[in-house]
Amino acid sequence: MDTEALQQSFDEKIDKDIRIEPKDWMPADYRKTLIRQISQHAHSEIVGMLPEANWITRAPTLRRKCILIAKVQDEAGHGLYLYCAAETLNITREEMTEQLLTGKAKYSSIFNYPTLSWADMGAIGWLVDGAAIINQIPLCRTSYGPYARGMVRICKEESFHQRQGFDILLSLCRGSEAQKAMAQDALNRWWWPSLMMFGPRDADSPHTIQSMKWKIKRFTNDELRQKFVDMCAQQVEVLGLQIPDPELKWNEARGHYDFGEIHWDEFWNVVKGNGPCNKERIAARTKAHEDGEWVRRAALAYAQKQKSGIPESQSAKATIKD
Amino acid sequence: MHGDNTTDYLLFLADSSLIMGQRLSEWTGHGPMLEQDIAITNISLDTIGQARYFYQLAAKRQNEKTGKTEITEDSLAYLRDAHQYRNLLLTELPNGDWGQTILKIYLYANWQKLIYGKLIYASDKDIAAIADKALKEVQYHTSWSSDWVRRLGDGTSESHERMEKALEYLWPYTGEMFMETDYERRQYERDKDFSLDTIRKEWTEEVYHILQEATLTLPQADTFMHKGGKKGVHTEYLGYILAEMQFLQRAYPGCEW
Amino acid sequence: MEQPLWEVFIRSRQGLDHKHVGSLHAADAKMAIESARDVYTRRMEGVSIWVVESKHIHASNPEEAGSFFDPAEDKIYRHPTFYKLPDEVEYM
Repeated sequence: MDTEALQQSFDEKIDKDIRIEPKDWMPADYRKTLIRQISQHAHSEIVGMLPEANWITRAPTLRRKCILIAKVQDEAGHGLYLYCAAETLNITREEMTEQLLTGKAKYSSIFNYPTLSWADMGAIGWLVDGAAIINQIPLCRTSYGPYARGMVRICKEESFHQRQGFDILLSLCRGSEAQKAMAQDALNRWWWPSLMMFGPRDADSPHTIQSMKWKIKRFTNDELRQKFVDMCAQQVEVLGLQIPDPELKWNEARGHYDFGEIHWDEFWNVVKGNGPCNKERIAARTKAHEDGEWVRRAALAYAQKQKSGIPESQSAKATIKD
Repeated sequence: MHGDNTTDYLLFLADSSLIMGQRLSEWTGHGPMLEQDIAITNISLDTIGQARYFYQLAAKRQNEKTGKTEITEDSLAYLRDAHQYRNLLLTELPNGDWGQTILKIYLYANWQKLIYGKLIYASDKDIAAIADKALKEVQYHTSWSSDWVRRLGDGTSESHERMEKALEYLWPYTGEMFMETDYERRQYERDKDFSLDTIRKEWTEEVYHILQEATLTLPQADTFMHKGGKKGVHTEYLGYILAEMQFLQRAYPGCEW
Repeated sequence: MEQPLWEVFIRSRQGLDHKHVGSLHAADAKMAIESARDVYTRRMEGVSIWVVESKHIHASNPEEAGSFFDPAEDKIYRHPTFYKLPDEVEYM
């Protein structure tokens, strides 16, 4: 088949909502866009482990500790599903890791903010995971099969993440004054960065139109952001906290909440690497990768030895050069 | 925390698992590969889960004695100081590199496997029930970590070196597992065929077998062994572990979380 | 120095087929099975695991899907619904 026919058959599949699968022909830009989006998503899960893992050893009860560990572990799992989905597009995990560590690939800027109190675990669960879910549910129907299947699994597992975050905040808000103040402080710090998670305004989002056409994305940034604000504006009342936006109010005519302008300066600054923790996050990932090098090497060497069937007594380790 | 005959013993098992799990959870987000990050986090969750069961039982028994409800798993974990902790010294040692952590898991899990393997027959039915659940977990930990001990011991020259060092560092903390305290003796005396000495022999045999397969140098039988953890005399590490772990409960006393 | 890629198949409960669930990296088969357990069955999703190194999987060519699969389309006589039975025959 010539390229034109292939392109046509691809377009037809997209039109009819037939999933594209790894070995199918796809336009080079479609592949590139997917690799960028999926790997960015995977990196976000992995870097996203760090701010929360930061509080595992300090979780205030054993129950909370177990929940938090399980949650951060899920994120590792989600990163893994996504890396594997990306790998079906002919890029290796090693290449993606390299891109992350060298700053060539991006990850969600939200994880460049620090976790300063226990309440941040609540705010991250409620807001950051809440925003993520809104982003992710439409992706279960994204046009690329492995990505969509990964997202189905991820969404299924994530359903507890937002709840546990809200539950942490609820306990704090029903607790002492100090605890409530802790919760409010966390909300103050995480609210705006959470809104930024949906990305630039539609007008400033260069990839959106093409991605919508390919059905990689199913809703625009602004649509999703609005959905998120509407959801939080209602839930915050149960907590009895204040969303730090004086302009937030219900707009009867629109049927949505109006909200204030995001500080786009801050957004672009964090994207460019000037967030509070950009360097720490990449340093932590780099350290894990470098510290793990000898382990991965040894595991491979051992596997090789087992395969070649050299009796252990003769597998003189001194001769195995790394 | 005295009075009840089993409290000390339960705390010994609970504290050891909790501190082990607490240490292992430091790996979450920092593992050598994603798959192994997830694996070690699972082990951390298992061990903390075991600790919770033992704490809950200890709390229940304490409360039944006093007719109050003031003791909980969290008051036991978060409101006792280092000298009240009964955990094995081995569990509080720093993780070190992946090899050292793996070896620590292996040495500990193998001991747990043998202890729980006996406790499932204990006349104390509550303990037996917990042991029954935990046994499946630690059998897996033993198998998983022994694979890694072999891989790293017999992997590259660098990994072999690292494992030799890890073994040299950890081995002197293994003896404590078999030095019987009064509260262990009280516990084990209830069940006739329970002998820590037999367990020591089985443990040593299995461990030597794996170390041998991993091409590691077998430790000298007369190595000096540290002790104290079981009686509340710890290394300097435990104070820092508790300072970190207990921070919120200490800074905001009496709160619900 | 990348660990090989493995495909993971899980039997979710007795009586069902193993189904492809995803992939992962591991140095050897045992590590792959153990990782599959930790990665894909944390929520009791399985009772049995298969792993196979991805490089050993051979696949049909999507570009030949037409000549490969379409010929089955007009062989509707392979399906029981193709046959009209007299009303008197209740079950067959």
